[in-house]
Amino acid sequence: MLTYIIRRLLISIPALLLIAFVIFMLLELAPGDPMASMPLTIPAEVKQQMREALGLGEPWWVRFPLWLKQFFIVEPAYWIDSAFGTDLAGGQQRIISFQSRSPVFDTIAERMPQTLWVVGMSYVVGVAIALPVGIISAYRQYSVFDQAGTFVSMIGFSVPPFFSGVLLIVIFSVSLGWLPSIYDTTHSVTDWDSFVFQLRQMVMPVMVLALQTTAQISRYMRAAMLDNLGQDYVRTARAKGMSERIVVLKHVLRNSMIPVITVIALGIPSIFGGAIITEQIFKVNGLGQLLIIALQGNDIPMVMTLTFLFAVLIVMFNLIADVLYGVFDPRIRYD
Amino acid sequence: MPDGAQAVLDVRGLQTVFKVRGGEVHAVNDVSFDLKAGELLGVVGESGSGKSVTMMSLLGLLPSPPADIRQGRVTFEGKDLLQVDPATLRDVRGGRIGFVFQDPMTSLNPVFTVGYQIMEPLRSHMNLSKSAARDRAQELLELVGIPSARARLDDYPHQFSGGMRQRVMIAIALACDPKVLIADEPTTALDVTIQAQIIELMKDLRDKLGMAVIWITHDLGVIAGIADRVMVMYGGQVVEQAPVKELFGNPKHPYTQALLTTIPKLSEERARRLTVIEGQPPILGEAPSACSFRDRCPRAIPICARRNPPRFEFGDRHDAACFVAAEVSDAG
Ligand SMILES: Nc1ncnc2c1ncn2[C@@H]1O[C@H](COP(=O)(O)OP(=O)(O)O)[C@@H](O)[C@H]1O
Ligand SMILES: [Mg+2]
Repeated sequence: MLTYIIRRLLISIPALLLIAFVIFMLLELAPGDPMASMPLTIPAEVKQQMREALGLGEPWWVRFPLWLKQFFIVEPAYWIDSAFGTDLAGGQQRIISFQSRSPVFDTIAERMPQTLWVVGMSYVVGVAIALPVGIISAYRQYSVFDQAGTFVSMIGFSVPPFFSGVLLIVIFSVSLGWLPSIYDTTHSVTDWDSFVFQLRQMVMPVMVLALQTTAQISRYMRAAMLDNLGQDYVRTARAKGMSERIVVLKHVLRNSMIPVITVIALGIPSIFGGAIITEQIFKVNGLGQLLIIALQGNDIPMVMTLTFLFAVLIVMFNLIADVLYGVFDPRIRYD
Repeated sequence: MPDGAQAVLDVRGLQTVFKVRGGEVHAVNDVSFDLKAGELLGVVGESGSGKSVTMMSLLGLLPSPPADIRQGRVTFEGKDLLQVDPATLRDVRGGRIGFVFQDPMTSLNPVFTVGYQIMEPLRSHMNLSKSAARDRAQELLELVGIPSARARLDDYPHQFSGGMRQRVMIAIALACDPKVLIADEPTTALDVTIQAQIIELMKDLRDKLGMAVIWITHDLGVIAGIADRVMVMYGGQVVEQAPVKELFGNPKHPYTQALLTTIPKLSEERARRLTVIEGQPPILGEAPSACSFRDRCPRAIPICARRNPPRFEFGDRHDAACFVAAEVSDAG
């Protein structure tokens, strides 16, 4: 297993380098100029100087390796320095945002908590709802519960967050006035009341994202359970005199979780993608919103870094999914 | 065989219907039989004749819907298994009555160790401690002839061959010393040589443990070697039953007679399956109102199309559901 993981990690290095290069070249070739938003009154030669100050004067074969070095060596060095008080970085240049002129990773670190709170929580909530819904739907196939679950899943699949989000705002913020429509990121939880406020402002964005997660995962769970409920070993378990609870929640569930766990792991990176839109709607200043602003401002280092981090997440969770598969299914052996 | 011994299992008038799209399938129609203590009852019949559905109905193992047990009484240890509460039924399943299924490749749960799967009924029916259950599981694996039993307890089903898995299934079924063992085509999915080994094993075990066995098969050759009594099923009904010698020597029902001609002689390797009888077994959309074998029967007379034959007695513990054999006049 360990050698398998190491081998997979080694394979993912060239893959990630290739991804980084493709992202870099796409951004390089895309039209757009970080100077475009500067006032038109700035003289051309000043603009050129500013451009060079941003490092844009160099050709791509100089800038790409520089970015790689900054991403893989300088940034970790800074992180280690700040964590352990060492001096590995030695004042080397970090990845700097064109827009804010501050290190990209500092901004990301600021935005991360909001996204994790909203996105992470919504994924947890979504999965927590999806699993029992899927199990019950399968066990009571075609019951009213199952039909309702199918209907809600269909909504979750087909209604995009920019619609469901706005709909929720119209109903619960505008008409009923129960929940705030804007996520206040400066809010900090200090006591019970502020905790309740935090919950209230999280409810809608979490629900919008959770609806999507629930829709997908509950379908997978249901299908996997149905697959297994008809298997011969289930009849064997019943013939051994096991209770329905043991038959369903132990024998069947244990088998059904194998594919579902991989789907859950694979879905974690994609939920960050979903956050891009939801964060815009609810004005959550998380990573999704950061990416949108960076794109609009032609902030190439920021876009490059965020996109690449996203790619790393995908590669990483693919590996995690494969490893989990091996952990949960004794028939799979990685050697 | 203990003739006239007490019946451990008594089934009367069992009727099982599947509700399917656009109607019903009457899979088991008015089936009655009993099983004496220590007896080995062979149940034969073509694929689709209702053998499995009958046995699974006894223990409520059919998913409902679509299955619906319309009528019947299954008396076991003084209780009607069709009426008892779920907890009592669970105690009977795996505790007092063991079940071995046809396909050992799919009948074990792939994600639990073999040891765990044997220990499960031990722990729940006999309340054994973990270590006691483990010792007993090892004993059982040794009993069914699995080498280095202790070590194999921690293996998963995919690490066993088909024959070995069927031995494990038998070990599970025997775990709690059942009074009755129901084996539903336990060797059909196995290679011929492995089949012979499993049959030997089952014979041995029955002599050693003295339980009553219901052995379902569509291979009359197997039955001849091990059964005390044989019950022939067709179209969800019992068409004939008799002690094994009587059945082979003096078959009454034309279907039984046809079956017997399909047993391969030792010299020939052809005709292993019963399907060599011309035609198809019926799928009944409603309870039979005529003999369901008449379309394939070489000796059918007009009454066979008008009434469903009852089981006529032909001497000691031998009966057959056939007007022709009973020489019932065609006037009725
Ligand atoms: N789940 C089901 N739904 C509908 N019909 C079924 C179902 N299970 C079995 N049957 C029908 O019941 C009849 C008897 O099947 P079975 O008892 O499995 O035969 P066998 O004698 O081969 O064991 C067959 O005609 C089959 O089509
Ligand atoms: Mg069968």
